[in-house]
Amino acid sequence: MSALGELRTIGHRKVAGSSKEKNENKAAYLFLLPWFLGLAIITVGPMLASLYLSFTKYNLLQPPEIIGFGNFERMLGDERLHNSLGVTFVYVFVSVPVQLGLALALAVVLNRGLRGLSFYRSVFYLPSLLGSSVAIAVLWKQVFGTQGLVNVFIGLFGAEGHGWISDPSTALSTLIILNVWTFGAPMVIFLAGLRQVPQMYLEAAEVDGASKWQRFLRITLPLLTPIIFFNLVLQIIHAFQSFTQAFIISGGNGGPADSTLFYTLYLYNRGFANFDMGYASAMAWFLLLIIGVFTAINFWASKYWVFYDD
Amino acid sequence: MTDTQTRPAADQAKHLPDVRSGPVARGNRKALKRASGRSTRKAVLKHIMLTLTGLVMLYPVLWLVVSSLRPTDEIFRNPGLVISNLEFSNYSDGWTTLSSPFSVFLLNSTLVVVGCIVGNLVSCSMAAYAFARLKFSGKRGWFVVMLTTIMLPIHVIIVPQYIMFSQLGWVNTFIPLILPKILATDAFFVFLMVQFIRGIPRELDEAARLDGCGHPRIFAQIMLPLMTPALATTAIFTFIWTWNDFFSQLLYLTKPEMYTVPLALRAFMDATSATSWGPLFAMSVVSLIPIFLIFLFGQRFLIAGISTTGGK
Repeated sequence: MSALGELRTIGHRKVAGSSKEKNENKAAYLFLLPWFLGLAIITVGPMLASLYLSFTKYNLLQPPEIIGFGNFERMLGDERLHNSLGVTFVYVFVSVPVQLGLALALAVVLNRGLRGLSFYRSVFYLPSLLGSSVAIAVLWKQVFGTQGLVNVFIGLFGAEGHGWISDPSTALSTLIILNVWTFGAPMVIFLAGLRQVPQMYLEAAEVDGASKWQRFLRITLPLLTPIIFFNLVLQIIHAFQSFTQAFIISGGNGGPADSTLFYTLYLYNRGFANFDMGYASAMAWFLLLIIGVFTAINFWASKYWVFYDD
Repeated sequence: MTDTQTRPAADQAKHLPDVRSGPVARGNRKALKRASGRSTRKAVLKHIMLTLTGLVMLYPVLWLVVSSLRPTDEIFRNPGLVISNLEFSNYSDGWTTLSSPFSVFLLNSTLVVVGCIVGNLVSCSMAAYAFARLKFSGKRGWFVVMLTTIMLPIHVIIVPQYIMFSQLGWVNTFIPLILPKILATDAFFVFLMVQFIRGIPRELDEAARLDGCGHPRIFAQIMLPLMTPALATTAIFTFIWTWNDFFSQLLYLTKPEMYTVPLALRAFMDATSATSWGPLFAMSVVSLIPIFLIFLFGQRFLIAGISTTGGK
């Protein structure tokens, strides 16, 4: 069961209470000691500190100065920030659906008892391991550059090349393509899900004269919705936090003309290039809010389209 | 939706006899033959389509490898994969372009990766054992907290964390990169191991418990050996994610001699003019080799890992 399924059902589980519980308390807390320390020092402590900093002006040198909602008011008027939100939304809501659609389509094609399944699976999976590396971003910069591989290919057909990365209207697309390129990981999850679809249902429908397409639409797809949901939630959360590729391809500034200025990239520039740490903290909490809201919407909407067989 | 699932099953019995009766069966056989001819053709088409898709996907990477063995001016002219004469000078040039030889960055990356793997293996398996096998007060609440932290964006903790580590004087050391792993903050792996332990029959550790074994011994001598596949998955994912990680290394490592491979590549690229793409490509290939090797030999664990819990 996935982490999301776990969260969904956790309320329903019974509590097994017994006298043995007390004896295990000490052992349990000892085993959990590193985790508790991490939770306090690395996660919750800094989280609260950044909440506090979001209401201050802080540049690492002078002590933080409380300015109330000053940072948030500044965010309202910050056009670069608005632009970065737009860039991030386009990136997330174009690349994730395309990526998942491709992942699902290929998983379905591969699932039907195809010879060489594991070979194809490996080939499609490899890019998702490489995709977040600096090396691939370097490669992308060349491939979509003015004299890059894509233009050389286009040139073979007599067409004129294009500066895909230097043109603000196409730069973001190269990053979207890069994210779509890593569809292998969700594809493997879909493949695992497809294996769980009871063959019995499909055979019964076939006997009933249901066409392949009908069987897919009426049986496989509904049974797969929990996994589609799982992938959707994770990939959206993940895509909102994309950073490396935009950083490398734009040389760290989100250019050209801020067209690849992801929200996280702008946050990094404010906090760690300009040491505007109060503002960066406010931005971080706003990002948490955005991700929280979209995750909540996802969970809420799932009631209407996700089908649980249990 | 329940409808679509129960109806075919219920109607099945009614339809079966029709299929078996004489004329229909004969017609069926013919149809079957036709269908099998069509399906081989379809299968061939499918293989062609899949192979093409795979080729298009991997083409840039293959081309990267081939281009790293070509003189730079050819990189910008030749889109093909055929190589006339191997040019290893890109590798020797790239190795020494930055202030330290590339081996320094490889060593730094390796140290960080090993630290993170050891940290994750020890701390996550301990936490997972408690969550999966022990009863303690507030367990369900803590478990929810653990699951929630999987989805927490790092940005919301990174600013104060950076301030804390820099005041401790840990910038330009590997501590800020490794310490979080020693403290089990990669909750994804805790969850992965919890799932795995739940699949191990309880009889195995309960028998030991009845024999008077304490939890540390049960954990170390019974659980850990049984958990080997989950530990392998954790080690492999930690390797890949840490090797590829850029954001936190960019923050904490600023001295060139402390650079890891991703930082070195980035510095290389910033310093690169149009003439040194060859060496840059060569070092990119070097940086991808460990990932590729892990992929070759650890694929089984990778697939198992993301199939059961869903990965990045």
